[in-house]
Amino acid sequence: MLNRRQFMYASAASGLLSGLGTLLPAWARSASDGNHGLHPHTETEFDLTVGTFPVRIDGRVGEATGVNGTLPAPLIRFREGDEITLNVKNTLDVDTSIHWHGLLVPFQMDGVPGVTFPGIRPGETFTYKYAVPQSGTYWYHSHSGLQEQEGHYGPIIIDPNGVDPVAYEREYVLVLSDWSFERAERIFAKLKKSSDTYNFQQRTLPDFLADARESGFGAAWSDRAMWGAMRMSPRDIADVTGSTYHFLINGHSTKDNWNGVFRKGERVRLRIINASAMTIFNVRLPDLPMTIVAADGLNVQPLEVDEFQMGVAETYDVIISPPEDRAYAFVAESIDRSGQAVATFGPQAGMRAEAPALRPVPTLTMKDMGMDHSAMGHSDITHEVRTESALTREKADHSKMNHSAHGMPGHDMGDMAASDGWPIEARPVKRGPGVTKVNMMPISRLDEPGLGLENVGHRVMRYSQLRSLDRNPDLRAPEREIEIHLTSNMERYMWSFDGVKFSEVKEPIIFHEGERLRVSLVNSTMMPHPIHLHGMFFDLVNGGGDYSPRKHTVIVKPAEKVSFDVSADHVGDWAFHCHLLYHMHAGMMQVVSVLPSDDAASMQDHKTMDHSKMNHSGMGHDMKMEGDQ
Amino acid sequence: MRPVILALWIMALGVSSVYAQEHSGHEDHSESAPWSQADAYFDPAEMAAARAHVLHHNGDQAFGRVMLNRAEVQMSDDEEIGVWDGSAWYGDDINRLYLKTEGEYAFEEGAFEEAEAQLLWSHAVSPYFDLQAGARYDFEPEGRAHAVLGFQGLAPYWFEVDGALYLSDEGDLTADFEAEYELLLTQRLILQPRVELAMSAQDIPELETGAGFTNVQAGLRLRYEIRREFAPYVGWEYHSALGQTADYIEASGDETGQAYWVVGIRTWF
Repeated sequence: MLNRRQFMYASAASGLLSGLGTLLPAWARSASDGNHGLHPHTETEFDLTVGTFPVRIDGRVGEATGVNGTLPAPLIRFREGDEITLNVKNTLDVDTSIHWHGLLVPFQMDGVPGVTFPGIRPGETFTYKYAVPQSGTYWYHSHSGLQEQEGHYGPIIIDPNGVDPVAYEREYVLVLSDWSFERAERIFAKLKKSSDTYNFQQRTLPDFLADARESGFGAAWSDRAMWGAMRMSPRDIADVTGSTYHFLINGHSTKDNWNGVFRKGERVRLRIINASAMTIFNVRLPDLPMTIVAADGLNVQPLEVDEFQMGVAETYDVIISPPEDRAYAFVAESIDRSGQAVATFGPQAGMRAEAPALRPVPTLTMKDMGMDHSAMGHSDITHEVRTESALTREKADHSKMNHSAHGMPGHDMGDMAASDGWPIEARPVKRGPGVTKVNMMPISRLDEPGLGLENVGHRVMRYSQLRSLDRNPDLRAPEREIEIHLTSNMERYMWSFDGVKFSEVKEPIIFHEGERLRVSLVNSTMMPHPIHLHGMFFDLVNGGGDYSPRKHTVIVKPAEKVSFDVSADHVGDWAFHCHLLYHMHAGMMQVVSVLPSDDAASMQDHKTMDHSKMNHSGMGHDMKMEGDQ
Repeated sequence: MRPVILALWIMALGVSSVYAQEHSGHEDHSESAPWSQADAYFDPAEMAAARAHVLHHNGDQAFGRVMLNRAEVQMSDDEEIGVWDGSAWYGDDINRLYLKTEGEYAFEEGAFEEAEAQLLWSHAVSPYFDLQAGARYDFEPEGRAHAVLGFQGLAPYWFEVDGALYLSDEGDLTADFEAEYELLLTQRLILQPRVELAMSAQDIPELETGAGFTNVQAGLRLRYEIRREFAPYVGWEYHSALGQTADYIEASGDETGQAYWVVGIRTWF
């Protein structure tokens, strides 16, 4: 693998002066520094050293915390099913950890201090060993403190054992991230002291006058009054913004211009990973459509789009094929439009595509507050999604379903069952200083492209369009449903689930091994939250029937209710949290305990199920569950 | 009337301390671990320590802030005074220890006209409001201690408000109320109207204070946030004594109302 010392000591000093190329692992370099695409080369043993090291970003030198002296960290590439060994040495003077994001590892290998292991002490080497039954694009990062913000993240590619259904002639990994020269602890402290510290996109008096000219004084006034009465800002879109962040693609800012080569007509696979601490990105290549072929590592039915919004911690694989021999921009724009990172693809190394101007800052609407009554017009979608029951799933004739790229799958699900037919468990939201509101009338927004992308004039991916390439492995209906509210007080910068911060949690969310259940997330905040469940893929309830997309992270939009079905196959304690780092750090986190079925208490609920057939050991983190019902 | 207020006061303090016992300090997570399946693979003691650490660091950390809301020179035709109004807090989301101080310094006399400090326990009682209780000591114009019961928060329409009742060691009850609003002219240029109103429940002749509304201050400040944490400003402020208090001041031959130009800085860290 990579020789850390070579990077740390030989290259660092000269590299900082001469350029980024020599500081970075081969996969993260530009074409102008010799990267003409990845070479599929898998290994089974990796030595990773966590430490601090100098980095040069946007021409300025800062100190990063990360792995093997590079930002991003080395690419870990191995083959599906291989048992791999990862020796992680901690040279920091504080604890560290590595979490393998999206990998179905045994829980004691999941790398979350205080949940799945004690953490890696200074000077200690922890050896992770596992085999996983999956392939695709994933990533890894620290789950200790705020190290992830400071550079502790890297990509993972798992090559499939069999034939890859996605054909391509060249591939690149694009790790998107946000970097600040402020220390992460400082950023968090500033948010706690004054939560709008980084927001330089509030509505101003001149904005008010412009609105008044456009839509009348009365309308502009009542709009301001409505937001003011709620003590909410319609420009509260990102907590940490381009005012401190430098947005990066493979460690390169726009100025540093990461560039890749491709030839006209060539099929190029981009493995895109949003490894940001806080930044939801809008991803596009102006004039070049993308065909999404995988989401969160797993293959999806090809979907051609021009843009998609990408939550923190999501991964998407897309195929691009340039029709002309010219430079194309790859743009990762922050959701609040406070900044962007632009890279270039072109026929020659070193080209620089013209960066598009940042688009206008989006403004939240009353719909985001859950108060738009005209949104009730969408309740048909909500209803469809909510009532997609076992009956429907078993009966539905999937051959009738429209899986084409531009279909509206939410609307052709066929017949609906009258009721869900399973009990819904919702803990009462703990009201108090940490919760400014509880959304009682959530809506489905799976068929929306995401904040600011409603009227961009081209095709933007919606979650409702995603379809798994493979049939879902577990087609059982859920036996029960858990409803969880995402709650906050932006003023106090408090974030929680059901009004309970992680520090206040007295009991975890219980799943029983072998059960199939639905989890519904209701967003009672004004922000989109990329919610991540460790240890298991979930089937997003998006109208996809037996071909629902299987994900590990899902964005829950403001005022939205998102549901996913999950099979509790993997016993253990698993972290469950918002992947916006400072939201998690403020308390938006829980633990899902999957209790073994031989636990007497857990058996009460599903005596009828035969779990003996299920394999829970080692490689038994098997995605292909036998539908034992 | 005074005994009633005193009784209410004591009740309020009592309620506050019960809150404090309920909500302050870190919960002890060690006795019944909410999850412990990893204990089968790792040393349970190490797991317990890591669990306590991760819980504490995801929602229960304490922070502190020092803020000089106003550090300014007020200038009228007659006088030039230095004014400060600052606070410092330390604590978690719910409970914070507050130190507040404000006062006036007359440059001509080379003396403090007013100087006070408050030490308060601040407890979040709702999403936007904190209840605050503690003690205040006036160094000038004369040494006097007060018990304090107040509130601080964000009212609808983004008005930052705070108010408090003060019961002095002489048994005098006074109160004040303050409201600020921020009007964004640009992202960094901010116009801030501010009003402060003081009241007294009784005549306090030795302090030239009459019963009823005693003073009002109204001002407009225009600040420029070079950084969020550092903003110089200019402004205008009007001070006026009211009612009986105005009569006292008039009797001593001073002006009851005065306008000032203001130059200062607002800063926090």
